[in-house]
Amino acid sequence: MSAYEMSKSSSEAIPGRANRAPLPWGRWGLRAVALSYLLLMLIIPLAVILQDGLREGLSGLWQQVTMPIAWSALKLTLWTSAVMTVINTVMGTLAAYVLVRYDFPGKTLLNSVIDVPLAIPTLVTGVMLVVLFGPQQALGAWLKEEWGFSIIFAPPGIILALLFITFPFVVRAVQPVLMDLDRTQEDAAATLGAQGWTIFRRVTLPPLILPLASGALLSFARAIGEFGAIVIVAGNIPLYSQTAAVYVLGEVESENRLGASAVSIVMVAIAFSLILVVGWLQRRSRRAKP
Amino acid sequence: MAHSRTVTKPVSPATVWIRRCLIAIVLIYVGVLILAPIAALLRGAFVDGLGAILEALNQPDVFSAFWRTIEICLIVVAVHAVFGTIVAWVLVRDKFPGRDLINGLIDMPFAISPVVVGYMLLLLFGRNGLFAPVLSALDLQVAFAFPGMVLATLFVTLPFMIRELIPMLEAFGIQQEQAAATMGASSWQIFWRITLPALRWGLIYGITLTFARALGEFGAVLVIGGGVQGRTETATLFIYRALEERQYVGAYSAAIVLGLLSLALVIGTDLLRRREQG
Repeated sequence: MSAYEMSKSSSEAIPGRANRAPLPWGRWGLRAVALSYLLLMLIIPLAVILQDGLREGLSGLWQQVTMPIAWSALKLTLWTSAVMTVINTVMGTLAAYVLVRYDFPGKTLLNSVIDVPLAIPTLVTGVMLVVLFGPQQALGAWLKEEWGFSIIFAPPGIILALLFITFPFVVRAVQPVLMDLDRTQEDAAATLGAQGWTIFRRVTLPPLILPLASGALLSFARAIGEFGAIVIVAGNIPLYSQTAAVYVLGEVESENRLGASAVSIVMVAIAFSLILVVGWLQRRSRRAKP
Repeated sequence: MAHSRTVTKPVSPATVWIRRCLIAIVLIYVGVLILAPIAALLRGAFVDGLGAILEALNQPDVFSAFWRTIEICLIVVAVHAVFGTIVAWVLVRDKFPGRDLINGLIDMPFAISPVVVGYMLLLLFGRNGLFAPVLSALDLQVAFAFPGMVLATLFVTLPFMIRELIPMLEAFGIQQEQAAATMGASSWQIFWRITLPALRWGLIYGITLTFARALGEFGAVLVIGGGVQGRTETATLFIYRALEERQYVGAYSAAIVLGLLSLALVIGTDLLRRREQG
């Protein structure tokens, strides 16, 4: 710690830290750099949106949020994300289980493909889904004619895009825990005559609940804010297939600041609470480890 | 295949069938959800042959858009490499009130919509923004210009470097640093010779993920940059415009190039790591 840093922070310095390794520029200097970086990058932008949306008080914000188009956009965002989360939780757990417990040809390849959505820009994901399921494409046209069912420019496209983007989250949250699980308990249950499903539900599943919950909530949080893929696949028809993020873009472009800020605040609040819960779940599951 | 290696009790035919069904369900799910769309995009781009792709990509607009994206990525990676390391270091080694809260806040950009990120920056740096007087006094343009797009991408990619480094720093501990200090190394020497080499893979992974995420950023740069052709258009914004103008081959080809760049980066890093670790 340099003399300059010492004199700057001596009033707050905590004694008894001498056994730590010394640092370049001193601990307080580093702390100041880190905190001001986060303040500039995170806190100020978040604060400005709060301040802007609450200009006309909570009732003003509520009025903007409950306008029919905004309200339906928020509802659509929440229910499509919820449907995605349910499917993703089931399929993610199944994929992790199959990857950890079974040997089959192509397993290594499957394991790598799971990370592909993390590397592909979500806008590109949207383009891919439109090329596959779009109304002008063979598959999309067939689904529409034979089954009267549209995927693209409709809510199912949103769910599909969200499933693609968030697929790795649950798998990668469950997989390491499943690997560490002691298999003797499952074998014991099997010896005692328990059936496969019972063993899974009563023995395998309980220790997976915490990582499963944090993976599922993380994919839900990620889905609430998704924009790039959705703006391509959803068609963005107000009251039908316009999500909250697309609604905010529209309000920004038509210079309705109050509406844009109000819906943004709701989205930020949801994101913030989910992130706090996920962090708590992750800390708990780390502590639960032996 | 040695499929019975992991099973201790004798396998009944029913169990074998259940196992086959579960594997099939997962393979079909991944095939339909992930592989089929990728194949469709490749097919869509190659429908008029390779010549059409090269022609669609060989435009000054495309080059300038991709170059702008690369520039943004490089700046963002450089900034996060320095400040991300500092933040991770402070969060692991330093104890101060509010540390847990900050630890939680770091993940916020992960969950906040990119559109909202762009909008926040517009509220700060836009025409009627909070910093507008300062900016006009300095004759600086941030909104609808390059600096704004860099800031937006910085916000969106904030967690990656820090989240890679924190577990590494926690696992590394401080014994080696203390030993070096006892032997008289200066703090700078300790950082360069001991801490940094130990964090190497965390840094490389953090840089890769940050770069890949920055390559694909769309919503935030759309809102803060406006996507003006030739001026604030990045690779993703070009794809978006090409789709709206129905230049499908151009949009699909650019999407493939962008996807491949990202994939190559992530896979390349993985291969490098596997090679080093044998």
